[in-house]
Amino acid sequence: MHIDPRKCVACGNCLAVCPVSAIYIDPVIRRATVNLDECVECYACQNRMSKEDLNPTLVRTIRGFFKLLRIRFDPEPDVCPTSAFAPQQLAWPRSIRQAFSDPCVPHESTGVYGRGTEEVKTNDVTNRVGPGEVGFTVEFGRPAVGARFREVQAVTMALARIGATFEKNNPVTALMPDPTTGAINPEVLDEKVLSAIVEVKTPEAMLPAVLRTVEEVAATLNTVVSVGVAVRCDGDGENRVEKALAGEGYPVFRGKTNLGLGRLSNLDAQATTAGAAGPAGR
Amino acid sequence: MTNTLHRFGSRDSLRDDYIIFAMAARGINDQGAPPKLQTFLRLALKHHPINVGNAVKGGIFRASKALTPLAHWRRREFIAPEEVVESIDTCTTVSAVFDDPANLEAFLTELRGADLGISINIAALTDEARTCCQRAGITRHSVEYSLGFHGDLNRLPDRHVLELSTMCGHGMVAHNLAKKMLDWVKEGRRDPRQAATYLAKFCTCGIYNTTRAIRVLEEARVGK
Repeated sequence: MHIDPRKCVACGNCLAVCPVSAIYIDPVIRRATVNLDECVECYACQNRMSKEDLNPTLVRTIRGFFKLLRIRFDPEPDVCPTSAFAPQQLAWPRSIRQAFSDPCVPHESTGVYGRGTEEVKTNDVTNRVGPGEVGFTVEFGRPAVGARFREVQAVTMALARIGATFEKNNPVTALMPDPTTGAINPEVLDEKVLSAIVEVKTPEAMLPAVLRTVEEVAATLNTVVSVGVAVRCDGDGENRVEKALAGEGYPVFRGKTNLGLGRLSNLDAQATTAGAAGPAGR
Repeated sequence: MTNTLHRFGSRDSLRDDYIIFAMAARGINDQGAPPKLQTFLRLALKHHPINVGNAVKGGIFRASKALTPLAHWRRREFIAPEEVVESIDTCTTVSAVFDDPANLEAFLTELRGADLGISINIAALTDEARTCCQRAGITRHSVEYSLGFHGDLNRLPDRHVLELSTMCGHGMVAHNLAKKMLDWVKEGRRDPRQAATYLAKFCTCGIYNTTRAIRVLEEARVGK
């Protein structure tokens, strides 16, 4: 993302709305400027701020006059008064920043909007996490810190070493030339994104090993990681993993509950996966 | 909607936070999904949600793209929920946010009867979600637990900021904006409702819980 210095009036509204604090007022040119190395191309500034199209010279003059008189005025905090954002054409590998940061852009590898993965949300029809298995979502850079793929790779390679299986329909897995190693395409390692979700699946018995591995490696990183653990419930809606996690001291009071109301309905899916998933498989 | 999973807060802080969302699986039940997603939201609207959203097009709180100086005093802070429903023209994720479990429960009962055949999830306190399901005659299929944040936690701001910013799990509500709104509310420059509205506009999917945000801002204002 760029900010057009001819339009910017240095009001500073966009500084606060940038999730990764990549926008600052350059003291030399006295205009808002984007640190492109830190910018994750999430487009929060461009897409979520309201916009006016005021004359920049007029606005600068008024602001300068108020400043001279030490008058503090109270602008709307979510408005760019001169529509100064200027999105740039993103070439590879920088384009990956937007794919992993702007939730309005679908991931090419999965076709899914948001963070690019259905994870356990459609487990009632995909059977992604089956009985006796545990699914893990390890989200790098969340909440709103951002992460580079080099940091993601530190964990994915550690997970590969302990034998975790990476979810095939996942945008981070799509960046691995060989998912059995956990290594990520070297072209993107220095790219920074707002969020990258790694998904692995293991037998239930490996739950402590995976969590220990993630925590140990995450402690060495310059970012934060949000961890989710997904399980399939039995016919009574129970599962053993909740108790095991609580016993290990993890908070399990909040989560996401799949109600199991989905079913196969695409004609081609019924032909190829009849009986493989859905409530009948519970 | 992994973006609903890791909302920061204690049990008590999350007591009025229930997000329910619907989505179809690609290649499995996505054919003909948009009308079902519209039905989901129309049913939800009968039970007083505080926000609804289409993950591709946005929620009821939206940015204004053509403001003028005169419009500041009569800004349209949100759109009619029916506009969100009408905007569903592709296989997206749609959501409704409730601040009262009784309303969620009533919606669930109706939803079960509607038999839409697409995946439905609730992101909330797990035992509360389970109770709502049981009362509506639904047995939960799978659960994903939020185990919280790990890594370099020194990079995270304080609890009030996190409570506000993590209500958009996509990270579109910046910590700095949440901090700014907390400061403005404390200074009396905006009231909690106005501040919550600004924040909600940055949440692309329409899952921002303004009731909770107002409460958090009120608590922070008096130093709780």
